[in-house]
Amino acid sequence: MDRPSPWRLTGYAVAQVFLFPVALVCVVLALVSGVLAIVTVGVPLLLLTLPLLHRITDRHRAMAAASLGHPVPHDRMPTEGLPGLERIRVWALDPMTWREIGWVLIAAPVGFVLSLLVLVLLLPVVTGVLWWYGAPHIMWARASLDRWFLSKGHSERLEERVEVLTESRAATVDHAAAELRRIERDLHDGAQARLVALGMTLGLAEQTVRDDPEAATRLLAEARDTTTAALGDIRFVVRGIHPPVLADRGLIGAVQALALDMAIPVTVEASLPDRLAEPLESAVYFAVAECLANIGKHAEAEHGWVTLSAVDDMLTVVVGDDGRGGVRVDGGTGLRGVARRLSAFDGTMRVSSPPGGPTLITLEVPCGSSSPRTTPFSGTA
Amino acid sequence: MRLVVAEDNALLRDGLIRLLEAHDIEVAAAVDNAVELDRALAEADVDGAVLDVRMPPTHTDEGLRAAVRARAARPGLPVLVLSQYVEQLYARELLASGEGAVGYLLKDRVANVAEFVDGVRRVVAGGTVIDPEVIAAIMAGQRHQPIDRLTPREREVLALMAEGRSNAAIAARLFVTEKAVTKHTNSIFTKLDLPIAADDNRRVLAVLAWLQSA
Repeated sequence: MDRPSPWRLTGYAVAQVFLFPVALVCVVLALVSGVLAIVTVGVPLLLLTLPLLHRITDRHRAMAAASLGHPVPHDRMPTEGLPGLERIRVWALDPMTWREIGWVLIAAPVGFVLSLLVLVLLLPVVTGVLWWYGAPHIMWARASLDRWFLSKGHSERLEERVEVLTESRAATVDHAAAELRRIERDLHDGAQARLVALGMTLGLAEQTVRDDPEAATRLLAEARDTTTAALGDIRFVVRGIHPPVLADRGLIGAVQALALDMAIPVTVEASLPDRLAEPLESAVYFAVAECLANIGKHAEAEHGWVTLSAVDDMLTVVVGDDGRGGVRVDGGTGLRGVARRLSAFDGTMRVSSPPGGPTLITLEVPCGSSSPRTTPFSGTA
Repeated sequence: MRLVVAEDNALLRDGLIRLLEAHDIEVAAAVDNAVELDRALAEADVDGAVLDVRMPPTHTDEGLRAAVRARAARPGLPVLVLSQYVEQLYARELLASGEGAVGYLLKDRVANVAEFVDGVRRVVAGGTVIDPEVIAAIMAGQRHQPIDRLTPREREVLALMAEGRSNAAIAARLFVTEKAVTKHTNSIFTKLDLPIAADDNRRVLAVLAWLQSA
């Protein structure tokens, strides 16, 4: 990123000087209405002042990012789509809100002086040289100060990342153990039991073949049927471990195969680069399979669709249907399992399913070569 | 009858050869990878191939690809594809050329030796043999309205027709007379608005095309 010119930096300084009093008023109002929230009149005021504070701080973040040459993300907790009171509760619990207030009270006054200094240096033309060489340094100092208050530090971010990873690792380990138990049980109750039966039938046939060849022939036919059933069991287990069509054709081909097996028409649209990492393909395949199975079981839909696309190292999969809607993640539909599985890949799941439909399940998973990221959120700058 | 056998597992390859030769079917070449399969199929005096979907070098679906490739070079070359699992998607790809002389079966079906050898002969004679599991999946996914008008027995007959069985075979399977089967098939063709085809193979292809057009 190119460093901004002294002119541009001075523009920032002007904006900052004018925004400072606004921010100050905003914080005072926010604090007052925070107290007044006890008697409810403060609630609408908070819904007004805090977003304004967010906008002012976001402006400063953007200016700091431009001055420093690297992103300064806001790191606020997400509140989109929450009702007003719930939003206020999240804001109150979000440390970033308090950092922003602290910034207005401590950093902004110091910054105000710095920005003013840049303007003062420019105004009398004699100090123009000082301004030309000084402004970048002064504004750099101001930007660093803002960044320190308005964005999380490196170690803080790492701590959070460790927390997320610990959680998702525990979920992954649990999931893997449960899968192994399921496979063991399936083999034990299915193919293994059938092979035992096969051995017995063959033994019996061996004993009777001299005395009663007809009975032996019947036993042999039975043995043959048992091998077919055992193979069927093994195929079922294999599909649950790693579906062969996924190995053969990759994610797109395997999703097409899933769509073909649905009782309703399901269209598949895909624009993916080439093969993705194998573990990722497998996780996304099982996620799509679960979503489609839900459509088949509960949605009463006429049509379904799956779109797969990858933009900027982010794989986005949307599974939709025109059924009756009302799908909930905690409705015991296996969607919670999908979300857990995707979390091992830093993936997320969003469900939009108003009563009466349509239902849209959006899965987003980072798929780039840099997928083990150290920043859990993308920046705003 | 001279066939090429392609299967990378030595045990299964030897079993297949033994089974075919015991039924007077000559094995012209037995190969264990797709490259040699291409070479063997290019020879003029082979009547067809029995091959595994998954083979070296990549152990994915080269058997299937080799089959489609060979049939593009020699249209109508009989090919029977065996696999540990079946997919509707692959059946569609094999049938796409619309020529017949195609088989797609689970490997398990080899256990029923008489039926398997019969399947091989039918494919080499230009017929179509599709695994019941594929047909079941296609039938389960049927969204055509007219299929609701079929009686349960007619649906059974439709599935067996789609697998590529003759009227005589269907009659034997359902323990009814051939005449009764003919009555069912005529009724099915009328209800589904399909042209009645005298030739068995064209009948199978028409039924499959209709089933897959959903």
